[in-house]
Amino acid sequence: MENNKTAWERLTLVHTKGRPTIRDYIPLIFTDFCEMHGDRLFGDDHAIIGGIARLDGKPVTIIAQVKGRDLNENKDCNFAMPLPEGYRKALRLAKQAEKFHRPVICFIDTPGAYAGMAAEERGQGEAIAKNIAEFMTLRTPVISIVLGEGGSGGALALGVCDELAMLENAQYSVVSPRGFASILWKDASREEEACNIMQVTADDMVRLGVAETIIEEPLGGAHNDLDKISENIKEYLSLKIEEKCQKDIDELLKARYTKFRKIGEFTE
Amino acid sequence: MFEDFFKVVKHRFNNGDEEETFPTVKCPRCQSNIHAERYEELNKVCPNCNYHGRLTARERIALTFDKDSFEEFDSGMISCDPISFPEYPEKQEKLREATGLNDAIVTGVGLIKGQKAVAGIMDSRYMMASMGSVVGEKIARAFEYATENNLPVIMFTASGGARMQEGIVSLMQMAKTSGAVKLHSDNGGLYITVLTDPTTGGVTASFASLGDIIIAEPKILIGFAGRRVIESTMKQRLPEDFQLAEFMQEKGFVDMIVERKKMRKTLAKILSIHAPEEKEV
Repeated sequence: MENNKTAWERLTLVHTKGRPTIRDYIPLIFTDFCEMHGDRLFGDDHAIIGGIARLDGKPVTIIAQVKGRDLNENKDCNFAMPLPEGYRKALRLAKQAEKFHRPVICFIDTPGAYAGMAAEERGQGEAIAKNIAEFMTLRTPVISIVLGEGGSGGALALGVCDELAMLENAQYSVVSPRGFASILWKDASREEEACNIMQVTADDMVRLGVAETIIEEPLGGAHNDLDKISENIKEYLSLKIEEKCQKDIDELLKARYTKFRKIGEFTE
Repeated sequence: MFEDFFKVVKHRFNNGDEEETFPTVKCPRCQSNIHAERYEELNKVCPNCNYHGRLTARERIALTFDKDSFEEFDSGMISCDPISFPEYPEKQEKLREATGLNDAIVTGVGLIKGQKAVAGIMDSRYMMASMGSVVGEKIARAFEYATENNLPVIMFTASGGARMQEGIVSLMQMAKTSGAVKLHSDNGGLYITVLTDPTTGGVTASFASLGDIIIAEPKILIGFAGRRVIESTMKQRLPEDFQLAEFMQEKGFVDMIVERKKMRKTLAKILSIHAPEEKEV
């Protein structure tokens, strides 16, 4: 792994044109993918895709945030900023997975949940809150992977899981560095400085107890060898899904709650 | 962030040849000047537009719980500095002195017209009641206590959202608190949220939106993203009432809007309807 990059250099790399997205990964990691649309309440959000597929021949449910590979794709998927109906679709599919006893694999790749009038009117806060609470007790294994950016509650809505992995250059943060600079210093242009002090890298996540595993990227970044990075992701998923499926579900849920319960630093 | 606190200003007016001055406060909703004493008498409700202003946690406890019944939990808990954020410890030290609080929430158990409930009361004077390690931990413990003792929980929310100075650790408090709410709910516990000004960001996107019953005070702000952020991305002005309690009730996210003077009675009524045995209020 490359250990000499700053957080900002990694973020720049994640934003590089040609960085693989979930649409590149699905055919190389899974077979028989069937995409499912809609939340059955309002509509179909294109920033989150979901469906069923096989991993090593075994059924799984996939829920993923979608980055566009060009401007047209980005317009279609709203730059991977989901609306409430995206989160509600995700929950619907997770509940479906629970019913049919198949594990859930979430791919996180968003600068944050969409901030706009439509999102507020349809309860962005409620949608995210509900996902977080429901995933906490979802009676089937859940594995999440941060592919590029994991920004704010918009990422956490797919991030309540038994184990979290980060791609080597991926970042996970309370808000995007730009938002951070804007909120704290009222100056969005200080995003590089923000990024470097926020502690957002894969190493930071492991140290802070947020992530368990770092998935190695090919030299120079995931875009340099799509086959290799897909193989690394698949290897990780095969191992973890097998491991979690063998566990007693009540034990698994207890461990899932404890994973989040113990994060925080305080004195008494 | 939300800086629209009532500002106390010296208001001058000419009374014959003598000039009299008295303090007034300016309502952030309707901009009218209110005599400060009158405002206190009304428990910080604007007499002109009915905006329900921000109370301290102590004021809220005094208005809500039976006299001397509130027992605080974890009052000595203090946040560390998980991402070594510049000047965060110093900032907290100053706020602790200024507010007498150790962080942005007071949790405990008390009686409302004789009925026991666990409660959390957020105090916006402390870093805009943002949620970091202490807020998350105290809420999780309060819900766990309520689950073990089969008690209802009432959360008086007010927050600018996640505490930026604790980075990803603050984001994880959303999962910690929501998880504790879920276990309390699965155990059959009643959870009432009382949304107060302002309830936003990561708090809206976690425990504040998970109540079995969601009450809001009139004219308060409820939202996920800030108005400023939305206006800058949409490049258009939003309607006046956007994200106010009344707007959110119309959109289907608030069960009822209750005035401060009726809050204690309403909470007592709801607690009584959910009580294991029938009890007269």
